[in-house]
Amino acid sequence: MGTHVIRMPDLGEGIAEVEVVAWRVQPGDAVVEDQVLADVMTDKATVEIPSPVHGTVVALGGKVGESLAVGAELIRLDVEGTGNAPAAAPVAAGEPAELPHGFEPEPERAEEAVASVAAVPVAAATAAAPAAPPRPVQAPAPRPAGERPLAAPAVRRRAWDLGIELQFVAGSGPAGRVTHADLDAWVAGQRRGPATVSDGRYTQREGEEAMPVIGLRRKIAERMQLAKRRIPHFTYVEEVDVTELEALRVQLNARYGDDRGKLTLLPLLMRAIVLAVRRFPDVNARYDDEANVVTRYGPVHIGIATQTDAGLMVPVVRHAEARDPWSSAAEIARLADAARHGKATRDELSGSTITITSLGALGGIVSTPVINHPEVAIVGVNRMVDRPVIRNGGMVARKLMNLSSSFDHRVIDGMVAAGFIQTVRGYLECPATLFVE
Amino acid sequence: MAETCDSTTLLVIGGGPGGYVAAIRAGQLGIPTVLVEGADLGGTCLNIGCIPSKALIHAADAFHQAASYAGESPLGIRTGAPTIDIARTVAWKDGIVGRLTGGVGALLKKNGVRVVHGWAHILDGKSVEVDGGRGEPLRIRCEHLLLATGSEAVDLPSLPFGGSVVSSTEALAPPSIPEHLIVVGAGYIGLELGIAYRKLGARVTVVETAGRVLPAYDDELVKPVAATLKRLGIAVHLEASVLGLADDGRSVRMRDGGGAESVLAADRVLVAVGRRPRTAGFGLEGLLLDMNGRYVRIDNQCRTSMRNVWAIGDLTGGPMLAHRAMAQGEMVAEIIAGKRRHFTPAAIPTVCFTDPEVVVVGMTPQDAARLGIDCISAHFPFAANGRAMILEATDGFVRVVARRDNHVIVGWQAVGGAVSELSAAFVQAIEMGAQLEDVAGTIHAHPTLGEAVQEAALRALGHALHV
Repeated sequence: MGTHVIRMPDLGEGIAEVEVVAWRVQPGDAVVEDQVLADVMTDKATVEIPSPVHGTVVALGGKVGESLAVGAELIRLDVEGTGNAPAAAPVAAGEPAELPHGFEPEPERAEEAVASVAAVPVAAATAAAPAAPPRPVQAPAPRPAGERPLAAPAVRRRAWDLGIELQFVAGSGPAGRVTHADLDAWVAGQRRGPATVSDGRYTQREGEEAMPVIGLRRKIAERMQLAKRRIPHFTYVEEVDVTELEALRVQLNARYGDDRGKLTLLPLLMRAIVLAVRRFPDVNARYDDEANVVTRYGPVHIGIATQTDAGLMVPVVRHAEARDPWSSAAEIARLADAARHGKATRDELSGSTITITSLGALGGIVSTPVINHPEVAIVGVNRMVDRPVIRNGGMVARKLMNLSSSFDHRVIDGMVAAGFIQTVRGYLECPATLFVE
Repeated sequence: MAETCDSTTLLVIGGGPGGYVAAIRAGQLGIPTVLVEGADLGGTCLNIGCIPSKALIHAADAFHQAASYAGESPLGIRTGAPTIDIARTVAWKDGIVGRLTGGVGALLKKNGVRVVHGWAHILDGKSVEVDGGRGEPLRIRCEHLLLATGSEAVDLPSLPFGGSVVSSTEALAPPSIPEHLIVVGAGYIGLELGIAYRKLGARVTVVETAGRVLPAYDDELVKPVAATLKRLGIAVHLEASVLGLADDGRSVRMRDGGGAESVLAADRVLVAVGRRPRTAGFGLEGLLLDMNGRYVRIDNQCRTSMRNVWAIGDLTGGPMLAHRAMAQGEMVAEIIAGKRRHFTPAAIPTVCFTDPEVVVVGMTPQDAARLGIDCISAHFPFAANGRAMILEATDGFVRVVARRDNHVIVGWQAVGGAVSELSAAFVQAIEMGAQLEDVAGTIHAHPTLGEAVQEAALRALGHALHV
């Protein structure tokens, strides 16, 4: 019987303490691998802590509501075998599996690195033709894996700054030494494209990098998994003629842009959704599939899928029904900024009743959005393009854009989904109606 | 509960050469930085290590030189027997230390680093409490925590520090020169201080468990040092171990290689058997960091196993040298500032300030053989160097080690008077990836010891001019 200590994970959010919001187990409980042991909360997300092993809970690291330091003992399990901590000394070596980054040990002896300098004949590459383009005169064979390139400290530093792995740069200097000129040639080659470089393109690359899925990324993974596992998605794509809408938007921006800020298409789409859900209240809802209750909402809280450096976040524009397009636009901008700077509060990141996802110019033709569980609908915006369209027997240029939307088919029938999207389309194609209803 | 709570981006624990360099560089890069130090700035290096020991060695050499003129001397100089006021010597040494530590303080201030005096206690990877000894402890939160707590002298269970048994710290500020000093441990610290004390007039006996002095260095390099020990009359007991103090509380009981026990008369005992990382007493255990033996485990960017907790210097292993810690500290500050950096020196020079001095940079011929690298090596003796003759220091040599296939230099070693200054040329050649031809083709000034560097390279190429 050994002891396995699970420590408060480093969620990588720059925080020292994580609050325990719920224990899912009690001392004496038997747990199996992947069973959730506790919910912990940072100021950004609630994270479930699963058990990496089978075992029996011996001790909990604190009470609900207590904040524990990252790295502090969260829970202790009795496990078969030796565990990861001597029973007598719980403060033992950590678990390498939880290292937050690719852990490359410091070389035992720095000199050994010198030892591995590739053996390139001394005579190689001494005279460069002066008129030749800047590239190594001779491309030496790629260095065998694990051998370190030979380069002066200034060259190494510059390579780091340029983000170049010296290992892939052929050295033209004596004994294969990488020179500043080699770096120049490498950079120039990257710029000119592959046709003009002869060095390094076909270098065999080695190595792999384990990227731990933690923090926000783990949260995203869990939520995507949850949505796809539970919800039978039904995706519906419709083409919308947004010529009039764009014309209106340009007009509005010309007239009010300076005072009220520029509008994008998004706030207008939000308005269309607000109006459409009045006829189709089933889509502005959340489905608790354990209690078998669909809750329809009076307010329309629209989640806006937002890309941040850390990953996808969905800040929520509350009461979109009570906002004019400029107010919606300002709120979207404020929330996106807060999310990107990690300053969005929990309230701003939860409680949406329907979600919009838009990749803007990268929107593509069609997408299959994943529903933001437990909502029942998500509306995806594809790229707007100019297309020839036959109207009254003649060809005219129109601005067309697809809407790709997914619905929870358990509670939304195809007719409802289609009706909802057609209603949205109706508003967008005749934009005056956005403001009269 | 601490009353006050400050926050910063980088918090450095330890104001030694690693910590203060990291803080200065961070300050230069505009990173809000707090440095916590419980003792004096400068750490072991400036206060009780490199600087004071070299000062004492310099004074001992000067005194020894003067003493050599009391009688016949080859230079024709004749003086009276010199005397030394060791209290003045120590005060002079303290003056140098004070100027340097004061300079460190001024540099930190100039670069906007806030220095907090007190002993740090780590609460978690993001917060530290500092007890300045006055009232409430100060709590500081940080985004990045840099551990630079250094190392401390190891004692022997049989000879705990106290009374006449001292560590290098006390030996560097002696109240008097003992009549008979026993040095336990013939590593570089023991020999540097043993030789200095001998030159200052003490009788010195060295006890070492290994089969030779400076066990970390190869025979060829050690031979001139062993010759000096003999010339100076320093008794050396090899393969011997100390058992403890004798009944008089001053002499030392020793067992030699044959198992015979004896008592060595002494009135002071210097235990210099190594240093260990300082890992206890400041809450480090609470971080549950991965360890590498007794050292904190780091990667080649000085990251520990906890994100944004960094460690540098002696705490992280060997070689336990100030210049390694400084380079690591500078690098960590730059990484925190967003630059891409790695700690990948081609070589870290090691210098032993014995008489004569020993320098090792990169691989020795033995290292190369062990790693299966086909190398050529060549010596140039100082006996054939004019400048060495003038300095009356013809013992020793310069040795170069280079790969046979491409002549890239992978190691330099030297033993001789003042060869510590050659370390700059050695390590530079290796970092630049120099070949034997590069050094051989560089004009070296005449008459200098540096000519031996060029001649060693020439000799490795088979055409030395002066031997």
